[in-house]
Amino acid sequence: MKVVLAEDLHLLREGLVHLLRAHEFDVVAAVESGPELLTALVTHRPDVAVVDVRLPPTFTDEGLQAALAARKQVPGLPVLVLSQHVQQLYARELLADGTGGIGYLLKDRVFNTEQFIDAVRRVAGGGTAMDPDVIAKLMVSNARNEPIARLTPREREVLELMAEGRSNAAIGQRLFLSESAVGKHTASIFGKLDLAPSDDDNRRVLAVLAYLNGR
Amino acid sequence: MRLVTHPGWRKPHPPSGGFVHSPPRLRAVTLKRMKQVRSLGYGLALSALVVVQIPVALVSILGVLVSTVLGMVFLLEPSVRLIRFMAGIDRHLMRRWVGVEIPTPYRPKPPALVRARDGYYHHKGKRYRTATSPHIDRMLAWVITDPATWRELVWIILDPWTRSVLALGPTFVIGWGIWLTLSEGLYWGLALSVAAFFLAPAALKNYGLYALALLGPTANTQLVGQVNRLNQVRADQLDLQAAELRRIERDLHDGAQARMVAVGMTIGAAEQLVDNDPNAAKALLAKARESSATALQELRQLVRGIHPPVLAERGLGDAIRALALDSPLKVKVHADLLERPESPVESAVYFAVSELLTNASRYEASKVTIDISRRGRALRVTVTDDGPGGAKATPGGGLAGIERRLAAFDGVLALSSPPGGGTTATIEVLDALPGDEELEPVNALPKGWRGLVYALCWSLCWLPLFPQGLVATFMLIFQPDERSWFLALYMPPPYQWPTVAFMIALGATMLATGIRLNPTPGKSPGVC
Repeated sequence: MKVVLAEDLHLLREGLVHLLRAHEFDVVAAVESGPELLTALVTHRPDVAVVDVRLPPTFTDEGLQAALAARKQVPGLPVLVLSQHVQQLYARELLADGTGGIGYLLKDRVFNTEQFIDAVRRVAGGGTAMDPDVIAKLMVSNARNEPIARLTPREREVLELMAEGRSNAAIGQRLFLSESAVGKHTASIFGKLDLAPSDDDNRRVLAVLAYLNGR
Repeated sequence: MRLVTHPGWRKPHPPSGGFVHSPPRLRAVTLKRMKQVRSLGYGLALSALVVVQIPVALVSILGVLVSTVLGMVFLLEPSVRLIRFMAGIDRHLMRRWVGVEIPTPYRPKPPALVRARDGYYHHKGKRYRTATSPHIDRMLAWVITDPATWRELVWIILDPWTRSVLALGPTFVIGWGIWLTLSEGLYWGLALSVAAFFLAPAALKNYGLYALALLGPTANTQLVGQVNRLNQVRADQLDLQAAELRRIERDLHDGAQARMVAVGMTIGAAEQLVDNDPNAAKALLAKARESSATALQELRQLVRGIHPPVLAERGLGDAIRALALDSPLKVKVHADLLERPESPVESAVYFAVSELLTNASRYEASKVTIDISRRGRALRVTVTDDGPGGAKATPGGGLAGIERRLAAFDGVLALSSPPGGGTTATIEVLDALPGDEELEPVNALPKGWRGLVYALCWSLCWLPLFPQGLVATFMLIFQPDERSWFLALYMPPPYQWPTVAFMIALGATMLATGIRLNPTPGKSPGVC
């Protein structure tokens, strides 16, 4: 699986390259600035890109802008964005085209190797990986909304994991529930939120996020 | 300390594209007539006050004379206070009736003397047993060195005359014109009455500007005031900065720093265990990882309080949008900003909006609208909520903190919060945005005819005002044989008094025009 990596801190870049190679990813390019990233993405057309938001030369949101620009040229190009901070605003921009293949995680998530590699694979497969922090913020800012308030605490937990991009099986594993129990919860959530039920993980995430964002 | 406002601040601009109520033509005409009638009324009321003004003027002038000539210095301060009291009334009336805002020009009163540790009062290198005599000395120095004192003395001598002419003048001319028409059969008298009627508001306005010239602050006192204000702002900012640094130091010391020590110790322990007990070492390493994640979390929190990352990456508009998305309220953001202000301004405005949003959610508002726009070179942000209203800035509270923070950039916070009617907070920071320098010729000299009129008015206004006006008045009253160069005395008797009045009006108008053409707009605040 071909990966393009963009990270300006040398140590972290080497660490990520090492980590990805250890899990049998083929790192075709490891770049350190926004313009380089855009060129690498368009020429290599990787299966997934792992991108830091803040990159030289301006140290603003170069990485994010390059990733969005590349996705305009190569629709659906899977991109996993890493950052020191997560913002609903950026999550929205990444998800705006609705084609999936988007990940947005805090840099600390790299600490947990298994979960990080799982997220990279999910994004490469056209799925979604949203940071729990983004979802938590979404839930807080929507806490007063009527339909969310009607969910049971368990349903809210399921909704949060669902929005992060996890499948029913993964949610079940996390919450120590059977897959069918999770299925019941998701059906109930979709009912309460007036969303069309869906089995495709990615469409499920987008529906939930669109619902939360649209409030 | 009161924050400085600037012209145009108090009047909200009408919303663009909004519905503007336009009264029918007839009503507009009556209103205009009303303005003339009102001016005449105010003029009469102002000139009626001369009855009070003249005795007070005599008493205070006598006081000043006695204190300076006979050396009864203790009388000076009360006399000056009396004059200031009269001037205060006039400033108030000018604002209420004439619409000319006259700022108070006085230097701040010296603070009371404090008894030193040795039990004496120290003043100018000497020691005093009681505070009375150094107190009188300080008060005298304060009164004498303030130029406003002497300008007001001139004012109280001149004012009864100028006031009678400019405030009472139009009514007098109207009556005189009617008299000319009715008893002398001169029909141009009627035209004179009509002209005086229409000129009444202008005369009153000119009187206001004349009062501004004598009662308002000079460029010098304005600078003194500005320096005092800046000193205050600087002290505030240093306090604020020091407090902020202390907070950051404490947060780092108790938070991330302590955690990193723990991480290091845990890794050290794991190192020792790794050969003998690999499982325990693994558990320790997992703990170290957890600790480092928590430390990161805390650092992130801290960084957000110092300078929010979105602000650094995207600027004010998007940073406030991000703030809006994280808020539990329904927040609409309109940002209409192409350039980015300086980073400290951005930061101050961001934290101000953040505080206002927190307030809005604390007081149970449900919808908030934030509007970010530019007005000239000023940055303006309005935050409107539908909460219960009644918000006030209390000393030491969040709103006062916003004001202090904004003051460093000549920024102001205006709050409109009627009980039960929601809250609108407007933040405006002057000169926050890069702009066309040509638009604001702050120190540019007047050009062409403006310069000429300006120079003429200032250099010649004394001529009609003083010798041809005031001195001629005395000449008319005492009727000496010598006519000298006083124009009024050469006129046929029915026109002598009008000529004097005309001279005084002319002089005051020239003075007022000079002020109005003042090339530095900052020196004539309140002139609408």
